Amino acid sequence: MCTECGCGLGESKQAVPQPGAGDTAHGTAVPSTDHHGDEPHDHPHQPPHHHDHADSTLHDSDQSKRQVVELNRSLLTKNERIAERNRGFFRAKGVFVINVLSSPGSGKTTLIQQTALASSGRFRTGVIVGDLATDNDAARLRAANIPAVQVNTGTVCHLDAAMIEQACAKLDLDSIDLLIIENVGNLVCPAAYDLGENLRVVLLSVTEGEDKPLKYPPLFHSANVALITKSDLAAAAGWNRENAIANLRKISHHAVIFELSAKTGEGMSAWLDFLSSRVRPIR
Amino acid sequence: MHEVGLMQEAVRMALDYAASAGASRVHRLRLRVGAMSGVVPDALRFAFDVVCRGTPAEGAVLEIDRVPAVCWCSKCQSEFECEDFINECPKCHEISSELRRGTELDLASVEVS
Repeated sequence: MCTECGCGLGESKQAVPQPGAGDTAHGTAVPSTDHHGDEPHDHPHQPPHHHDHADSTLHDSDQSKRQVVELNRSLLTKNERIAERNRGFFRAKGVFVINVLSSPGSGKTTLIQQTALASSGRFRTGVIVGDLATDNDAARLRAANIPAVQVNTGTVCHLDAAMIEQACAKLDLDSIDLLIIENVGNLVCPAAYDLGENLRVVLLSVTEGEDKPLKYPPLFHSANVALITKSDLAAAAGWNRENAIANLRKISHHAVIFELSAKTGEGMSAWLDFLSSRVRPIR
Repeated sequence: MHEVGLMQEAVRMALDYAASAGASRVHRLRLRVGAMSGVVPDALRFAFDVVCRGTPAEGAVLEIDRVPAVCWCSKCQSEFECEDFINECPKCHEISSELRRGTELDLASVEVS
């Protein structure tokens, strides 16, 4: 996935010590163990291991029989389990949670800041911000008196449910009604990770192409709410509104769509009313 | 990167199973990857070697079964193969987004001893 978004490539490169070196030796060792356990044949294939340990494990297994076991488990099971636990925890705490996703620079932080400030009379908001590095976004929110926790994902291109679980320990959930999770700016990987949110909100700014939903269908398809942001720049950016909304309707067909500018406040009241109607019932 | 994380999880699940079954080696992992899962099999294979290194799964074989995407047409009450999230039924041209298969990302089986 991330071959498209480019992030995190650093880690996978670092994680490959001399590609091929260990590979071939082991690759040939495997088919030979297929027929018999005790074949002495096997051992010459073992490269001089740095630890004795590995040899003895191989030896043990050579003597027992191989068995194929059907597991049929989703690779996302662990994340999904933690996400469900988060959801139950948030519910018990009476906190409504939204997961905000977009490409970098679509205006997530500005939107979150203005949402929290403009709704302060109606409900209290806390924020968890995910970025690869820096505390800039959380610092910016805290400067505006919004409780915010920064999660630095390092080279990981998305937030997962376990990161949210840990971040929550640093946030006083009893003193907030709405938790906004600002995901890592990325339109690819975050789509696969449930965080335990109630609503998934995807941003599309008018300075991006109108065809973004078509280019990144999994994420836009998973959205409950689609926000067209930076509407004040629409004319300057030559934004084709009809085209963009048609694309959103096609991919995010079940999503509620709002058009707004967090900077000028245009369109914010409809979004805040919607949010307010969702936050209140669970209090 | 994403694939590395998923592969780590697959190998962890295989190693956990091996440990619980009293096995000391993992020889083979079979994954089921849907055409619409958003995961690139080549990137999974690349990650596999790296992730297995230094574990009882080192040298194991990775098999990937691709699952084609299948969409459901509620009008025709039938399935059709597709390559998108939103699809037009080839028979009645109704638009459907009800994917029945193709988003799988599963560890189907492991071979241990």
